[in-house]
Amino acid sequence: MGTETMLGFAVAGTFVLYALFGGADFGGGVWDLLASGPRKKEQRELIAHALGPVWEVNHIWLIVGVVLLFAGFPRAFAVLSVALHVPLTLLLLGIVFRGAAFTFRTYDTRGDAVQRQWGLVFSIASVMAPVLLGLCVGAVASGNIRVEGRTVVSGFFAPWLTPFAWTVGALALCLFAFLAAVYLTHEAPTPELREDFRKRALGAGVAVFVAALAVLLSAREGAPRVWQGLLHEPFALVLHAGTALAAVTAFALLWTRRFKWARVAAATQAGLIVLGWAASQHPYLVVPDITLSGAASGPTAQRMLLVALVVGALTVLPSLALLFRVFRPGPLPSTRMGK
Amino acid sequence: MADLLYARAQMGLSLAFHIVFAAAGVALPVLMVLSDLKARRTGDSDYRLLSQKLAKGTAILFAVGAVSGTVLSFELGLLWPEFMGQYGEVIGLPFSLEGVAFFTEAIFLGIYLYGRERVSPGLHLFSGIMVAVSGAASAFFVTLVNTFMNNPSGFTATAGGPTDVQPLVAMFSPGWQYQTSHVLLSCYQASAFAMAGIHAFVLLRHPGAAFHRKALSVALPLACVTALLQPLVGDLSAKHVARAQPVKLAAMESHFETERGAPLRLGGGVEIPKGLSILAFADPNAEVKGLNDFPRDEWPPVPKVHLAFQLMVGTGSLMALLALVTLAQRWRKKAWPDGKGMTWAWLLAGPLGVVALEAGWLVTEWGRQPWILRGVMRTAEAVTPVPHLSAPFWTFTAVYLFLGVTVVFLMVRQVKGTLPGPLASGGEAHGH
Repeated sequence: MGTETMLGFAVAGTFVLYALFGGADFGGGVWDLLASGPRKKEQRELIAHALGPVWEVNHIWLIVGVVLLFAGFPRAFAVLSVALHVPLTLLLLGIVFRGAAFTFRTYDTRGDAVQRQWGLVFSIASVMAPVLLGLCVGAVASGNIRVEGRTVVSGFFAPWLTPFAWTVGALALCLFAFLAAVYLTHEAPTPELREDFRKRALGAGVAVFVAALAVLLSAREGAPRVWQGLLHEPFALVLHAGTALAAVTAFALLWTRRFKWARVAAATQAGLIVLGWAASQHPYLVVPDITLSGAASGPTAQRMLLVALVVGALTVLPSLALLFRVFRPGPLPSTRMGK
Repeated sequence: MADLLYARAQMGLSLAFHIVFAAAGVALPVLMVLSDLKARRTGDSDYRLLSQKLAKGTAILFAVGAVSGTVLSFELGLLWPEFMGQYGEVIGLPFSLEGVAFFTEAIFLGIYLYGRERVSPGLHLFSGIMVAVSGAASAFFVTLVNTFMNNPSGFTATAGGPTDVQPLVAMFSPGWQYQTSHVLLSCYQASAFAMAGIHAFVLLRHPGAAFHRKALSVALPLACVTALLQPLVGDLSAKHVARAQPVKLAAMESHFETERGAPLRLGGGVEIPKGLSILAFADPNAEVKGLNDFPRDEWPPVPKVHLAFQLMVGTGSLMALLALVTLAQRWRKKAWPDGKGMTWAWLLAGPLGVVALEAGWLVTEWGRQPWILRGVMRTAEAVTPVPHLSAPFWTFTAVYLFLGVTVVFLMVRQVKGTLPGPLASGGEAHGH
């Protein structure tokens, strides 16, 4: 395997991890917005409690992905920055407001009105960001970003203002909401709250199915290359089979209230969807003009980057394991940080 | 042309905003751990409260620093795609390592902030130390990128981009040791002075407030040590600039004619004979290049660089002077000075560290213009072809203004929670 393939896997891997962790955080924001019923307040508290210690860590997968992209595939990074300037800028605004609002709400617990205002900013930004993220992915896969030499020739709007890109945005939103709801069933301290999020998870699961179907159908027109990849590459078919199996399993486990395993199945499903996207557009980084090898940096730079990746993994993974061990779901403590 | 200015303004604004929070993210964990250690040693509840307050401050500032840092990592491409498209691979290594440091910082900050009741005291303290160490490491790595932009090395430039890339050579470009120590010291200095200023302010209104006296005793040692070390490191850094970037030095000093035995011109017409030659090359008769020896289109914006440099040196000197007086009194009285005059002095010096930090950063960045990569790629060649850059510029200006005001507001409330007597605002005070 060439260094660029390994780095390609690493980039795809960080996107999977960002979807599984950062994405679920966005989903938490969606459920904060949609909190309802007699346990509205408890739902929001559970979300804040689950996010508190980990949201900043979860967010860093995105930065790792960006750095790997510009260090490993600088040409693709430059092209995407130009072609997707507008949605990426909007995504940044979403990320800024989400992080700031969540922190301000957590560390400045004054009257309910102020809390609610920050909460609203937090959850609106949480809805906006996944749609924009999915939109960018859709634009990359669609084949509408065209490049000649180093110049983007398809304009700054056309590649992402397409039904296909927006359908992918909707899928991202549904998927993140689904993940969050499934994770929260496991984190919930009371059976009632569990049921609340179980219902939400089942509903979001159906939404994911519908959105995925819509993406598949619109891919034929909107992303012909991916449509080919989705249906005809043998490994893509294996990935689809795996995704379908994971989806059905997650649904069954939710139905029978086996929450601990439901989240494993849901994470597998989400991870396979992201990998399926990566596989279906392989060997292109930006369909159809930029391939992995065409955008790759020089061999020395790539090797050093892989070394840094190993060093990073050896530092970060044990620390992450510690973090998740410390914050294993348990009963909600009566006093929270920030009180 | 206008779009280039907007792109530069947006990058500049984002960085100016980010570095305040980044500096706090580097230094506050150190102050937090120091208070924590004092609390453990003395069993004093004030120090414990102080370390908790500092932890909250760190959390707020780190979060804003993290999101503004994310904006920057995207803006590198959004505003300068040509630069990143060609040189991303050359500077990818320090950026990746910064990512690793950032990761561990966020992980251990999570454990420190939320894990007080969940982990052993030893692990809790270890987490705090890890936050401080990772903060310093990430500032170190990201400063290496800036060193590279000032003194590019580790590749051969061709029309099609860099070849023969050697990432390790690029990572440690000439002068890295001066620039990283200068930057790291400035982070500690700015934060320690700001913290001292805040507590001096409270002490002037509530002279008996023991909590704030103790807080001052945590901030002052760091403030004094960094304020005295900084001129020494700054001098080494300037000597390096004199050798490596003579045009930047000339702009810093507003020095137009090349001369031997150049005098140092201070504000207000005062001249120190041969001062500049001594400062720049440690040789009274050394030749100092003047701006007129360089092509006009390679001059940085001279008045701006000069003014920023004067501001940095001026504020730096004031801080060093205050540190000297404070340490002298500390030595004579065996206690940190707490007279009204000294408290006022520390209050007034509170913002100086941040001013010096921003001014020093402006010297580096304006002084590098018109190059994004000195001698290799001009800023104008790197800018994005996307039109209407005024729109994102004004949007981010509004956002940063709003966030800045909000953070100040929240910090004021954090401090208010520790005020003695009836001024203590209800709800949050001593609510731990």
